[in-house]
Amino acid sequence: MEFFQRFAIPHPSPAIYASMVAIALVSIGIVVGLTYFKKWGYLWREWLTTVDHKKIGIMYLLSAILMLFRGGADAIMMRAQLATPEAKLLDAQHYNEIFTTHGVVMIIFMAMPFIFAFMNLIVPLQIGARDVAFPRLNALSFWLFFFGAMLFNISFVVGGSPDAGWTSYFPLAGNDFSTSVGTNYYMIAIQISGIGSLMTGINMITTILKMRAPGMKLMQMPMFTWSAFIANVIIVFAFPVLTVALIMGTTDRLFGTNFFTTGNGGMDMLWANFFWVWGHPEVYILILPAFGLYSEIISTFSSRNLYGYKSMVASMVIISLLSFLVWTHHFFTMGQGALTNSIFSITTMAISVPTGVKIFNWLFTMWKGKIRFTVPMLYSIGFIPLFVIGGVTGVMLAMSAADYQYHNTMFLVAHFHNAIIPGVVFAMLAGLTYYWPKFFGFMLNEKIGKSTFWLLSIGFVLAFFPMYITGLDGQARRMYTYSEATGFGPLNMVSFFGAGLMALGFVTIVWNIYYSFKNSPRDIGSDPWDARSLEWATHTPVPVYNFARMPQVNSSEAFWDSKKKGHQLFKGEYQEIHMPNNSGVPFVMSAIFFVAGFSFVFALWVPAVIALIGIFICMGLRSFELDHGYHIHVEEIEETEKKLGGAK
Amino acid sequence: MKRKWSLLASLTALVVFLTGCEPLLVLDPKGPQAARQASDIMLSIYIMAGIVIVVMAILVYVLWKYRASKLPADYEPPHVEGNIWVEAICVGIPVIIVAVLSFVSVKSNYIVESTPQGYEDQEPLVVYASSSDWKWHFSYPEQGIETVNYLYIPADRPIEFKLYSFGSITSFWIPQLGGQKYAMADMVTTLHLAADAPGEFVGRNANFSGKGFAENTFNVTAMTQADFDEWVEEVHETADPITEDEFETLLEPGHLGQMTFTGTHLDFSPAPEHNHHSEEDSSEHDQHETHETHEETDHAHH
Repeated sequence: MEFFQRFAIPHPSPAIYASMVAIALVSIGIVVGLTYFKKWGYLWREWLTTVDHKKIGIMYLLSAILMLFRGGADAIMMRAQLATPEAKLLDAQHYNEIFTTHGVVMIIFMAMPFIFAFMNLIVPLQIGARDVAFPRLNALSFWLFFFGAMLFNISFVVGGSPDAGWTSYFPLAGNDFSTSVGTNYYMIAIQISGIGSLMTGINMITTILKMRAPGMKLMQMPMFTWSAFIANVIIVFAFPVLTVALIMGTTDRLFGTNFFTTGNGGMDMLWANFFWVWGHPEVYILILPAFGLYSEIISTFSSRNLYGYKSMVASMVIISLLSFLVWTHHFFTMGQGALTNSIFSITTMAISVPTGVKIFNWLFTMWKGKIRFTVPMLYSIGFIPLFVIGGVTGVMLAMSAADYQYHNTMFLVAHFHNAIIPGVVFAMLAGLTYYWPKFFGFMLNEKIGKSTFWLLSIGFVLAFFPMYITGLDGQARRMYTYSEATGFGPLNMVSFFGAGLMALGFVTIVWNIYYSFKNSPRDIGSDPWDARSLEWATHTPVPVYNFARMPQVNSSEAFWDSKKKGHQLFKGEYQEIHMPNNSGVPFVMSAIFFVAGFSFVFALWVPAVIALIGIFICMGLRSFELDHGYHIHVEEIEETEKKLGGAK
Repeated sequence: MKRKWSLLASLTALVVFLTGCEPLLVLDPKGPQAARQASDIMLSIYIMAGIVIVVMAILVYVLWKYRASKLPADYEPPHVEGNIWVEAICVGIPVIIVAVLSFVSVKSNYIVESTPQGYEDQEPLVVYASSSDWKWHFSYPEQGIETVNYLYIPADRPIEFKLYSFGSITSFWIPQLGGQKYAMADMVTTLHLAADAPGEFVGRNANFSGKGFAENTFNVTAMTQADFDEWVEEVHETADPITEDEFETLLEPGHLGQMTFTGTHLDFSPAPEHNHHSEEDSSEHDQHETHETHEETDHAHH
């Protein structure tokens, strides 16, 4: 009995039991549904074993949207609890678990897969490649992320969720103060998906450096590809720090080491430093691809080339360097003294300069343009003022002496949501709307899309601007309740109302997808937005080989040149195309990772060792496997091209 | 677009209405450190508001002037690569703003990290503020007094807080007297504060420390030096001495009301002062000794 005791929820509530039942029912439903419609084979052949970057991108996209709703449910519960003073909706323990999972889910399992989705979908098409450099590794990246996310998400029904905050500071996250297995889930689930992220970093860098279309110089890459390139360079430098920190945290919790404990020579401050040496660059890993998407969208809907291409690239390079030099600003109040704080205060403020350059370049891109107010453009226009507010409050926080008053308050919470929501989330929704027709063959409804935009923007302002004020009034973050005497009540109610509008906004996205799937016309051609870069030069939907003939490139807007200046994009005869074979190994190996991770969480050593051996067997199999891929013959290409409406 | 701006305007009005009744704690300073921080905050708010307004003005102008519905159908936007001078201005002006703010920031850092301005000639009162789940223990070594969850300080005198924790990282914060600083288990941090006049203030742990975090607060009363001395005397007459056993029970996780003792726990459970930034010059040997004592007390917990 004692063996099973550890899987029980340490702090149960009716809501958690209801979730258990719901999870069980949905799982049974999926299994029954797949069996009834005889879709197991289809699922395995077309999705679980695929190495196609477009399908992997779509799976990232679906996972990100799913996780957005999970993290959003957490958010709504928090705002509801704080809407009134002394509310009893959640108790302290549940509130702590919820804000912890909200943070982890939104950053690691929502924002990251969202940017990976766009990198996968867009980068190979933008550089005129047929796939990423290592397609099977790409599948492994995705499945590691996916199983990491699943492992994290079962925590609240098996053993208990982590409750030490998404930053998981030691010693609070150590065994003395976090006795449930929750923090084990945190350490191991993030580790598993983090390995996937690192692999994506290597994969994308190689792809961008080695697989560009003939003639495309580095300084002729579309801006999204540039942003993806730099973000992936940051990934490769930053994620190993997280990997090491998580290993140290795991051994502290499972094997009694003392890296971050307060006795026996351990140092709790070390975790905070490691975490933010990864954590701050992570912010730029998320925001740079978002900047890339905005650059594409603003340029397309202003019908103009991107203003200041070179300074756009330069500013991203500078941001990537500075992002590693600012981590201490997350704990100015740790007592490192005036000199250290002064240095990090200045480096932090310095980041606002290249960021400001980008803002001005977007404004100048619209200047003398011909601006069309489509849904993706609305997000990009809304992004500019809202993100500037998020940015300037960041400069305020960077003033370290004043930060002693902002730190750990709702002011900080308002700031980073103000940077991440208009910065990253709006970009992802803009990108989703913009690229939807390319991958699904129909447009999302503009009218519903516009109401989504207004709901989210107004909801965002109502939800987060009041926090600036309550923060300055002394409301600390992460408090599950407050007394009426504090006077925080009315503004928190406004926040809750705003969060409700945002929730409604996110629901309209799902409604939009359903509505457009039913009603939107399918004959949209390959370039519905009158866009400028290569991803729009191929068919819609994109054939498996992307381009029948490799595009010839001599500017950053080769496709625009082909439309306006008579540049000939595709030359020569069709040739046989070499493509990679599907493989089940990434899926199976990641599933074994899940088993290993779960065993580690509960310190079940026998299954853990067996699973680890399984992982090495998978790697060994791959090493000795001879797989030369397959060829698509010329006749087949001709047929596909004809079917898709004319040769490209 | 109009709808958006009118909404924003009404929102701002609402916020002003909701908060107009009382000044915000951080912007209502009662001591020199908080005053310096509040003035930095207001300065940066003004400059930042200026930036936001300029960007919004450019944005609205561009959107108005170059919206497709207003332009002739055959208008072809020009191809513009960029202009070195325009971009130099876009870099130059932010650099100047950042330079100004950096100057202010560095200056303020040194001000908030030293004895409050105007109080340099006075001997500071040293108070050890240590946190345990989820309480604050205030030890007055000079006065030989210890309190739990409330703090009496003389106004018009610099206070030097020595902060540390018996567990998770916490953050000692009295918004109206000055910004916060961490209290940690393996080192002592120093926070300089002062209250300009007698008054009552709220204080709390601002750093998440687990289940009882929300209620981890304390009350601060600043009084005249005479009243403070009187209080110290009164405590010595009425309060019981703190014992090691009793202190151990106080450290148990939970919440306590306000308590008063004579003596301090520092006598039998000294602060972990083997820190890396200690201003006192202590020899290597000394550090090692303190470390060992700390370890012993650590073992005693388990």
